[in-house]
Amino acid sequence: MANDLGVSAPRVATARSGFFEFVRKRAGISGLFVVLLLLAVTASLISDAFLNPFNLVNVLRQVALYGIVSIGLTFVILTAGIDLSVGSIVAVISVLTATMLNAGVPIPMVVLAGLGLGLMFGLINGVGITLVRIPPFIMTLGTMVMLRGLALTLADGRPIDVASTAADFSWIGRGSALGLPIAVWIFIVVALVSLFVLRFTPFGRNVYAVGSNAEAAHLSGINVELTKIGVYSLSGFLAALTALIFVSRLTVGEPTAGTGLELEAIAIAVIGGTSLFGGQGGIVGTAIGACILAILANIMNLVGISPFTQQIVKGAIIIIAVSMEVFRRRR
Amino acid sequence: MTNITKRFPGVTALDGVNISLSRGEVLALVGENGAGKSTLMKILAGAYRADEGEISLFGKTVSYTSPLLMMRMGVAIIYQELLLAPHLTVAENIYLGRLPRTPLGTVEWAKVRKDAAAIINRLGFDIDVNAPVETLSVAYRQIVEIAKALSQNARILVLDEPSAVLGDAELEKLFAIIRRLAAEGMSFIYISHRLEEVFAISDRTQVMRDGRVVGVKPTSELTRNELVRMMVGRELSDVYPDRKPVAGKMLLEVQGLSNSILKEADIHVREGEIVGVCGLAGAGRSELLRAIAGADSAQARVFNSMGVRSPFRSPRRGLARRVGLVPEDRRKQGLFVDQSVGFNISIAKLSNATSAGVIVGSKERQLAAKYIARLRIKTPSKEEIVGNLSGGNQQKCVLAKLLNADCRVLLIDEPTRGVDIGAKREIYQVLAELADREKVGIIMVSSELPEILGLCDRTYVMRNGRVVQELVRGAMTEERIMMAATGSDLANA
Repeated sequence: MANDLGVSAPRVATARSGFFEFVRKRAGISGLFVVLLLLAVTASLISDAFLNPFNLVNVLRQVALYGIVSIGLTFVILTAGIDLSVGSIVAVISVLTATMLNAGVPIPMVVLAGLGLGLMFGLINGVGITLVRIPPFIMTLGTMVMLRGLALTLADGRPIDVASTAADFSWIGRGSALGLPIAVWIFIVVALVSLFVLRFTPFGRNVYAVGSNAEAAHLSGINVELTKIGVYSLSGFLAALTALIFVSRLTVGEPTAGTGLELEAIAIAVIGGTSLFGGQGGIVGTAIGACILAILANIMNLVGISPFTQQIVKGAIIIIAVSMEVFRRRR
Repeated sequence: MTNITKRFPGVTALDGVNISLSRGEVLALVGENGAGKSTLMKILAGAYRADEGEISLFGKTVSYTSPLLMMRMGVAIIYQELLLAPHLTVAENIYLGRLPRTPLGTVEWAKVRKDAAAIINRLGFDIDVNAPVETLSVAYRQIVEIAKALSQNARILVLDEPSAVLGDAELEKLFAIIRRLAAEGMSFIYISHRLEEVFAISDRTQVMRDGRVVGVKPTSELTRNELVRMMVGRELSDVYPDRKPVAGKMLLEVQGLSNSILKEADIHVREGEIVGVCGLAGAGRSELLRAIAGADSAQARVFNSMGVRSPFRSPRRGLARRVGLVPEDRRKQGLFVDQSVGFNISIAKLSNATSAGVIVGSKERQLAAKYIARLRIKTPSKEEIVGNLSGGNQQKCVLAKLLNADCRVLLIDEPTRGVDIGAKREIYQVLAELADREKVGIIMVSSELPEILGLCDRTYVMRNGRVVQELVRGAMTEERIMMAATGSDLANA
């Protein structure tokens, strides 16, 4: 009996300290999760409509749409970079997708071409930033403006309606499986794959290393340039994926689509605890951040706060989130 | 200050410490990192308050302390990182926060400039008081700090490791000022790691260890060995490990290595060898290591590193061919300070922690545990953030990173910079073990000659980008190295 206790007691102790250790190390994520729960509870108290399944699915669609781009931004920000071009990439790809569908291009080809082009735009960002050494902010600001112009030029400034002949395509944005929209499933898959890549692959490790200390990464034999090109390409790819979902849901190619999306995505990543200085943060935080912002927008809609006022609130939240990070760093 | 005790949560930083200073005296305060010097000085400056003990200044007992009060009492501290505003002028910096006003409330600039110039003159320097501080050398900035202290009528000046940022010539200037002001009745507390300076400048030396005073003596009655023994509790000879060097086959041979800084440098290292590289600052020592590692580009007449015949074009290629660099600035170039110990150890060769391209947690933990044990890295856990470790243990993490990348040649730039004596000894031990047991070839750059003499089998001396001399163990002396480094042998010829 005494023997039993002698053996089991330390095991209990380690299990317990393991749990506290787990919570302590993830203090940021745990805190975020608490914020999310409080927000959800508050939302359900403020408005009966919030917990309505139809509304919740809507919130999840929102999470998916912004979340996918935010995950791309998370990779970029982890390397201490920034990508302002994602909103414009969404616009260009949405216009091109609508045009291709109307021209009768087979759907798989449209999807591949759209994703491929998004990847290419990201690649161009990455090459400009690494090989030409243009600061990420400037490079992606440039492509942001250029691509927006390209989208407007291609669409002649007007939305392009997708002909009903391409009805199958709308399955991506409108279809559902197991009670959840396909778009949400796509987000879940993207999030899980990204989580895996960041935590368990050398590429993910290198992303953290480059953001944490690019010089040390270079001297540690990491291919800093390739890692950066990789994250910008991924960001472009995920923006294109978002564009496909967008076109498929609204059956329209919209040259003004994704305006301000880059800021929304950056906000989500930062609220989720990813440091703009690089090297800190991750996908779980970003996913929670996307939920927080979506619920917040939803509740403001439900209560009837005007979109203009909503912008003021969102802006304030971004500032609060970043100042919290600054305080955390100072400690 | 008598019987000062200061406790922090979990540690007694100072335990009944006494310190006294008389008018015009220069007191050297020495001890390893964590000995309590800085805490004591912060209490003197009023930044911390003592839990027990008494402070008396100029015959008056001070019961309540604050930074402002202590400054008014005449205590000034000059910290290692100078607290000057780089874009403001010398005069503005000296009177920062205390700029004299005209009756209208505007700044009386003429008076500011005149008074500032007068103080700088009193120090025996010719510095333009209208120049922005950022245009001055580090030494001159230190002069400005001292001028600032004088303008506050300081009577006790504490210098916290001033030499860390100064070259030898600049240090001489600083010493000249200290002597001058001491002669005028100013008292100094001079904190330093470097024993040479202690002997050069101080009247009396107080040694601290683990929050206690272990000895106070007139400096003239102290010997170097006695001082080191007091600091670390052991003899100087123990600091360097016994080595049984057996140089094996050639690992790296470079002839005629040149780039914008290096001129036809020749260097080689064999298995089990520790080779030093000496020279003055700017002689091209760091650049030599960087060029070999592939961090800077260079051409070579002959290059042979374990079969590779041309210089590495990037650190990645160097590491892939088992040649690794421990850079000069650990925090900026060597470590990922906000990441864990395990992250830092595995990063240069993640394939050691993967299976089918996926990082396996258990493999990575094993790997970290292996190097933590092998290099005796003191860390609470593998998950500890590397930035929280002491300098010596951080340096070991950088070494572990390269060992994990299977490096056979280690190029180490200042292996013990910013590391206290106890930890230095640990690092020497580790380097000796790597060379003797594992037959790693080590090339180390060091500004500390005793380190070269105590550890290296051979040393190269560099001057103006050239390797001007090679000395083997029996022939290595401080004089010979310094002569070659400064070129004074040529001056005699």
